[in-house]
Amino acid sequence: MDVGQIIANGLVLGALYACLAVGFSLVWGVLNVINMLHGSFVILGGYLTFFAAQVIGIHPLAALVPVALILFVLGYALQATFINKVVAAPVLVTLTLTFGLDMILYNVMTVYFSATPRQLTLGLGSVEFWGIFLPVERLIGMGLALALTAILFVTMRTSSIGRAIVAVRMDRFAAALMGIKVNRIYAITFGIGALMAGAAGSVFAMVFPVTTNLSGVFLGKAFVVCVIGGLGSVPGALVGGLALGLVEAFAGVLLGPQNALTAGFVLMLLLLLVRPTGILGVKGYE
Amino acid sequence: MSNPVRIGLFAIWIVVLGSVPFWGDNAMARTAIMLAMSSVLAYSWNIIGGFAGYPSFSTAAFFGLGSYVGALCQGAGVPMPLAWLAATIFVAAFAGLIGGIVLRLRGHYFAIASIAIVEVCRLVVAAWGSLTGGGNGLNVPLLMWSPDNTILFFLMVMLALLVIIFAITVFIDRHRFGFALKCIRQNEDAADMVGVDATRFKILAYVLSAFLCGTAGAVYASWIGYIDPTDSFQIVMTVEIPVMAMLGGAGTVLGPAIGAAAFVVLEEIFWANFLDWNRAILGAIIVVVIFALPGGLIRIFSGRTRLPFLRSRSTEAVQ
Repeated sequence: MDVGQIIANGLVLGALYACLAVGFSLVWGVLNVINMLHGSFVILGGYLTFFAAQVIGIHPLAALVPVALILFVLGYALQATFINKVVAAPVLVTLTLTFGLDMILYNVMTVYFSATPRQLTLGLGSVEFWGIFLPVERLIGMGLALALTAILFVTMRTSSIGRAIVAVRMDRFAAALMGIKVNRIYAITFGIGALMAGAAGSVFAMVFPVTTNLSGVFLGKAFVVCVIGGLGSVPGALVGGLALGLVEAFAGVLLGPQNALTAGFVLMLLLLLVRPTGILGVKGYE
Repeated sequence: MSNPVRIGLFAIWIVVLGSVPFWGDNAMARTAIMLAMSSVLAYSWNIIGGFAGYPSFSTAAFFGLGSYVGALCQGAGVPMPLAWLAATIFVAAFAGLIGGIVLRLRGHYFAIASIAIVEVCRLVVAAWGSLTGGGNGLNVPLLMWSPDNTILFFLMVMLALLVIIFAITVFIDRHRFGFALKCIRQNEDAADMVGVDATRFKILAYVLSAFLCGTAGAVYASWIGYIDPTDSFQIVMTVEIPVMAMLGGAGTVLGPAIGAAAFVVLEEIFWANFLDWNRAILGAIIVVVIFALPGGLIRIFSGRTRLPFLRSRSTEAVQ
């Protein structure tokens, strides 16, 4: 296959990965919690978009905002009721707790939505430039993913909530002394993490089939992107996502599609050992 | 609880489990085998996760690799006990090699790396179709004995593994090696500074927490007769096993046995009655363990805790 086409595919996929992982990265960086629910949040966002389009008849693009808000409320509630109580506990406790919550959410989704893959078809055809073919849905998905990531970046930079989140991330004791309600910021951060996951799910639903079986795959992508790019920073997730997209696109062509996923994980393990702070490091604030 | 009392209680438990085929039906004997196997895995995890406090989620990788090595050896005509031995040695070597690399990481990074090991193993086994049969799985030659004898045999083998890992646990608990692991759990840097060779002890603990998982995997493969990548490298198992140990009491001598028993009993009850909801129920068990039983069930028996819900829960220093 043509190298330009591979790069284009990789970048489209990578933008989606960045959008998918940025919420996970934020939660990990600020709360120091590995959120095993993230993959299921993405799936939930995808399903809600799908049913909004099929049952109520809302266009998927219009469904994105309400779906993301629903996920925010869910994330905020989960953090305020459960995770805040153990947020300072060792990783074994927080990871296991979020895994337990994930099992519940996953089960609820398989019972009510069933595991049948469902796909929205927007039917927009594909475009060609410089000999590279790309379906329009994917281009829209890529644009949305990048736009969402950019909105989050600007919010973290300019809003007072964003500054408070950054402050808590840098030093939660000092932040508390400055009058920031740390537990509330934790809940908001977790809500934003869920919101981004839901929005990413919405975007994914327009490009790929949605099924609950993918929740583990999405979670794995979030791991890899975070480790490649570095924790808790929006630019880190972007770099990590694009890098993973490119690696998978090239590995899929050179090593065969069944090894593309493995290549991502192996890259992650190598990076963990060589440079555990990720490509961009943890020194950047947002 | 003194050591002879613990060993006595454990011996009674082994006798109870071992006697199941003589008074229960085959389904109960099956449950007893699964319980013994889960206990072996929980005790194994307890060495690295309980004593040393490293959040390891790689149990499923050791179990799965053990089952594949055992199955491949048996498929090549190696006698069953030798195949089990080969699986044990292979997994121990694998853990030593991997441990030397990933144990340099701590906390969240170690946890993520240990989960990734399970995923990489599963993906490699699934992709390497020419050797492992890929997604189609592998058939293992079955024992041509009567069903009753087969079940009794595998129960005895699993119980033997359980006795071995229990003996190792009792030894570690009393020995300076266990003391070193507890030091590492509390503060690795401080332990390193006062002369605990943290790297060596961690790797040793990791290998000890792995090798019998490999044996258990190989024995499981011989018993069930068929393995495939999704069954052997379950991400659910990799969290279930630590939950069992935490349910009983991580880092204690009797905790993993109590936790595994309680977990399997709960699972059997709910599995039969709420087939659609068993995953959610496991999740609910996890949530309850974390909020209501932070020291594990063993704390209740030893009377060292107040009622969990009455205790103020200020885990966060700042508000």
